[in-house]
Parts: sequence; structure tokens; C-alpha cells
Amino acid sequence: MAKGQVKKTFLKPLGKENPVFVQILGICSTLAVTNKLENTFVMTLGVMFTTTLSNFTLSLLRNYIPSRIRMMVETMVIATYVIIVDIVLRAYYPDIWRQLGPYVGLIITNCIIMGRAEAFALNNTPGLSLIDGLSTGIGYAYVLLVIAFFRELLGTGQIWGIQVLGSWWTNWSIMVMPPGAFFMLAIFIWIVKGAVIKEQ
Amino acid sequence: MEGMWYYTAVFFAAVFTNNILLANYLGMCSFLSVAKELKASVGLGIAVTFVMASTTVLNWMVYNFLLEPFGLEYLRFIVFIIVIAAFVQLVEMIIERVSESLYAALGIFLPLITVNCAILGVSLFMVIRDYDLVTSFFFGLGSGLGWFLAIMAMAGILQKLKKARIPKGLEGAGITLIITGIMALAFMGFAGMLMLG
Repeated sequence: MAKGQVKKTFLKPLGKENPVFVQILGICSTLAVTNKLENTFVMTLGVMFTTTLSNFTLSLLRNYIPSRIRMMVETMVIATYVIIVDIVLRAYYPDIWRQLGPYVGLIITNCIIMGRAEAFALNNTPGLSLIDGLSTGIGYAYVLLVIAFFRELLGTGQIWGIQVLGSWWTNWSIMVMPPGAFFMLAIFIWIVKGAVIKEQ
Repeated sequence: MEGMWYYTAVFFAAVFTNNILLANYLGMCSFLSVAKELKASVGLGIAVTFVMASTTVLNWMVYNFLLEPFGLEYLRFIVFIIVIAAFVQLVEMIIERVSESLYAALGIFLPLITVNCAILGVSLFMVIRDYDLVTSFFFGLGSGLGWFLAIMAMAGILQKLKKARIPKGLEGAGITLIITGIMALAFMGFAGMLMLG
């Protein structure tokens, strides 16, 4: 594979084709896990692991999967990796696992992963699919981390559980509650889209 | 805790205070794409409510009678997804045979539902919260109706907004998310009514 292609594959999901703020996929977890930076970080690692490896596996299998049942095969492969994430988290980070609750399992129905498998892994070589999966994961991760940073900071005055704002700060508790998540993501999309529109 | 009052409480909590969409963020993908049209929203809402109530009960049985006795709880993700997919497929085939008009109205929404994370989410919540069979049914039904309510309200608001002038960057997903946020704020007002999670 050409070097330019690798670079292009890697850069696309980070900006122009970002899964979250351009394609508006995977919104459920974007909203649900971003009230604490630490949880967000663990969750994004899980998603990165799943997209990378499921993309790679499906690409390896792409010539053997009958196209009629490909959705089912994709789901099975993704679910397998999610189960690994679930078991590892439960064993080593039980607290975070409990706080993330059903959202770890819901990585399976995260449309980003399925979308990448359908749109990329089934038509490209394993190496390229691996890179695509990884960069999609990173593109997802950094958006979530930015949102989580502001939500935790404004909502609790903390970053990564460490108090950074002094006692003068009144917590906007709405930010760590559901409405804050919706507003924060809307503002993020607004800013990004505004910047893109100005460029054109 | 048992009895009619408990079931009613779980049901209303699922519809209002713990709305699956507004408080638990589930089912956002189809919500964002379908809420533009009122008619489609009604169809999808009915389909989601029906599938959610049924699959929650089915998954409860599978989990408690099959997975738990054999110590296979970790397989629940795969098994739940298969149950949901199989159920949706079955319902689609039955509707196609039985009622032509119902199929025309709901048929296209059914495949969409398999990947609706709210359906799987409700089953996972049911396991985490350790509900019994009847409670699970009311929880699934309430969650479905709650989702229905949210998407109907959103479709209505978006129709009014069609002619409004919205900042360019906010068009589409942005404005929908902000309205959803305001709706979530309003629904938080129900929180004091029922103290059940």
C-alpha cells in the first residue's frame, strides 16, 4: 500500500470525516459517559480497542463472509471484542465498570463501529482497516475528552477528580446532568461547524 | 415494595423521570434522523414500544433460565442482540403475512430497530437493576412509551421550527440537541414526583 494512502486513511476520521461531529454517529455514549474525564478516558480506550480489532478481523474475513449474513457476522465479531473489554474492566477497574453501567455493553450498538466495518473493512486490506479503525477510535476519543473536560470542570470544578477551581466557584451541576450533555455537544458541533463554514 | 404500586412506579419512572432518551441518552441515532417527520416518528415510536416491551421479557427469560444457571452471564451481550434481531425478523414476517396495511406502515422501521441502542440498553438495565419478570415488562413498556413521547414531541417542535431562522452552524443536529436538552430540563421537573430509580 502506498504511503500517501495510509496517511489519508489515518487523517480522514480525525477531521473531515469525524464520526461524532460530522457524521453524528455514536451520540449515545458521547453524551452518557462524558460527565467525568476518568470514565470517559476508559470508555474511549474500550471503543478504540473494539473499532481497531473488529475492523482488522472483519477485513481478514472479508472474502469468506457471505454478503447476506454479513450484518450478523459483524455484530458477532464486535460483540466478542466488547465482551473482552467488559471482562477486563470488571476485573481491573470495578468502580469505573460500575459507573459506566450498561454503556460498555452498548459499544456493540455504537453505530460508528458498525459503520466503519460496513464502509471500510469489507472493502480494504487488513493493514489499512487497522489504521482506519484506530484513527476512527482516536477521532471519537478526542471529541469525547474535550466535552468531558468542560463538563467536569464546569459541573464539579474538578479535572480528573482533582479540585482545580477554588471555593469561589459555584458548580454548575446542570453540566454533569443529562441536559448539560445535550447542550455541550450542541455547542461543540456549533463551534466546529462555524469554523468549517468560515473556511469555505 | 411489591404489588401494584411498585409496578406503577417503575412504569411512570421509565416514562418520565428516567426517560430512556432524555435521562439515559439511548436511541439518539434514530431519534436524530427520524424526528424530522411526524408521521415516521409515530410509526417508529409504535414499533419501538412494542419491540422493547417484548424483547425485555424475552431477554429476562433467556437470562434467568439459560444464562444464569449455566454461569454464562458474560455472553449476555451476544445473546441479547441475537434475541432482539431474531424477534424483529419474526415480527416482520408475521406482520407481512397478516396485515398488508400494517406492514406498509411499520415494515420499514423494523430493521432500523435492531440497531437501536435503546432496545439493547433496556435489557442491560434490567439485568443491572435485577428486576423480576413483571417489573421488566413494565420497565420495557414504560421505556418504549417514554421514547415514543420524546420523539413525538421533538417531531412536533421541529415542524414548527421549519421556517425559523437558525444560525448556520446549528442547523440539523445542533438545534435538535439543544431542544432535546431543554426537553430533558423540563422532564427533570418530574424527578420529585417519584423516588424510584
